[in-house]
Amino acid sequence: MMERSTIQRSLPALAISILIAGTLFLAFVEIGFGENKVDSEDAVANRYIANGTTETGSSNLVTSVVVNYRGFDTLGEVTVLFLAATGVGAMINLLPEDGKKRSKGPKPSLIMTQGGMLAIPVIALFGTYVFLHGHLSPGGGFQGGVIIATAFLLYLIAKPDAKTSHRTLSLSESLAGLSFIGIGLIGLAVSGIFLDNVIEGFGVLGELVSGGLLPLIYIAIGIKVGSEMSGLVEKMRGDAS
Amino acid sequence: MNGYEWIFYGGIMALMAVGIWAILSRRNLIKAIMGLVIIETAVNLLLVAVGYVNDRSAPIVNGDTGLGDSPVGEVVDPLPQALVLTAIVIGLATTALALVAAVGYFRSTGTLELKSFTYGRTDETEVKE
Amino acid sequence: MNSLIFLALAILMFITMVALAVATVISKDLIKSAILLAGVSLIASFLFVLMRAPDVAMAEASIGSALTAMIMVYAIGRTRRFEEGGEEK
Repeated sequence: MMERSTIQRSLPALAISILIAGTLFLAFVEIGFGENKVDSEDAVANRYIANGTTETGSSNLVTSVVVNYRGFDTLGEVTVLFLAATGVGAMINLLPEDGKKRSKGPKPSLIMTQGGMLAIPVIALFGTYVFLHGHLSPGGGFQGGVIIATAFLLYLIAKPDAKTSHRTLSLSESLAGLSFIGIGLIGLAVSGIFLDNVIEGFGVLGELVSGGLLPLIYIAIGIKVGSEMSGLVEKMRGDAS
Repeated sequence: MNGYEWIFYGGIMALMAVGIWAILSRRNLIKAIMGLVIIETAVNLLLVAVGYVNDRSAPIVNGDTGLGDSPVGEVVDPLPQALVLTAIVIGLATTALALVAAVGYFRSTGTLELKSFTYGRTDETEVKE
Repeated sequence: MNSLIFLALAILMFITMVALAVATVISKDLIKSAILLAGVSLIASFLFVLMRAPDVAMAEASIGSALTAMIMVYAIGRTRRFEEGGEEK
């Protein structure tokens, strides 16, 4: 089926890609899969596993790494996310006009609209649950935020004519980002360490109210990621479809 | 060496080879971005696979491990998982940025194919102005 | 988990994932490619669960299979649906 030029381009590309992936494979086979690289004394993971629950008060060790041990790193990641979303918004507005009128496409069916309206509150509630329990069970601010964004996406599909408010999205995003930095500054003011968990002994490990400032930071991240991703999807959709 | 390496690293590297092949052989910009997404998935899988330890559970302390006990020797490495978690979320934003750039290319040239970047035979693929 | 089941599931998932990725690349219809790419991400999230990373699996499932596919569909809607050489209907 493929014409000759496609095959002529495909074969050398296939050879190059197999070469690159094969070299990487030979390198990684030496590392070994499933072998114990964690328990040696000088592995950083050993320290996180040994002291993670007592030092941060979080049952989920991934949360303790993301929010506490590498919280500053997470602040940087959230900044990158913000910059990328801002870049999308700026570039969408700078696109040259193509002058074509796009068709609106078929309207969503009754089942899509009504079923979506039933499902959206449940999905949003689940997202909130996921980032509220980030320190206890799998999940956290990033996962809960993107689950909320999928609920928003479902809303955009079910009601294509609905008006969405840019102002509300950017307001909640900015407030969440500011509260993340504010929680970091509390640590700086109390103990001299940015993002320090100043009330870490608060609550009993494994209960909802525990982990000190970790749940608060994850709630801020969840709201920020949720509104960021919703704004991204909304900008990508534009007013066209 | 127990054969697990061949399956996991082999599968991940096969996925990465497919992604590199897509970027090298397809001229369509959106198809190239899809190749980037495939490579990104492969790299995330690779990082988590390096942190995996046989016969251990997820890095979450629960009632079975005993709350309050340190789970040394019972859980896999949490560090690559934490890094991959943020990398996935950022990957979506950068993919969106690349897609907007592709839409801008389409608006100014009227095509998504990268014809002027061709290599090999060029007689049948002239740039249309 | 029984290591035999672990290995069998891993082999099955990797074969399906690579096959879906190849189908993503060779399909001329970009919308079909976007949906196949969502399938790649879905199976990747299953593999994350297999490798004891439930946090990562949750993020990958909702981002890879819902949001990435949908922003790609929106971008394709602003451009052309078919790759060059594919049938224009």
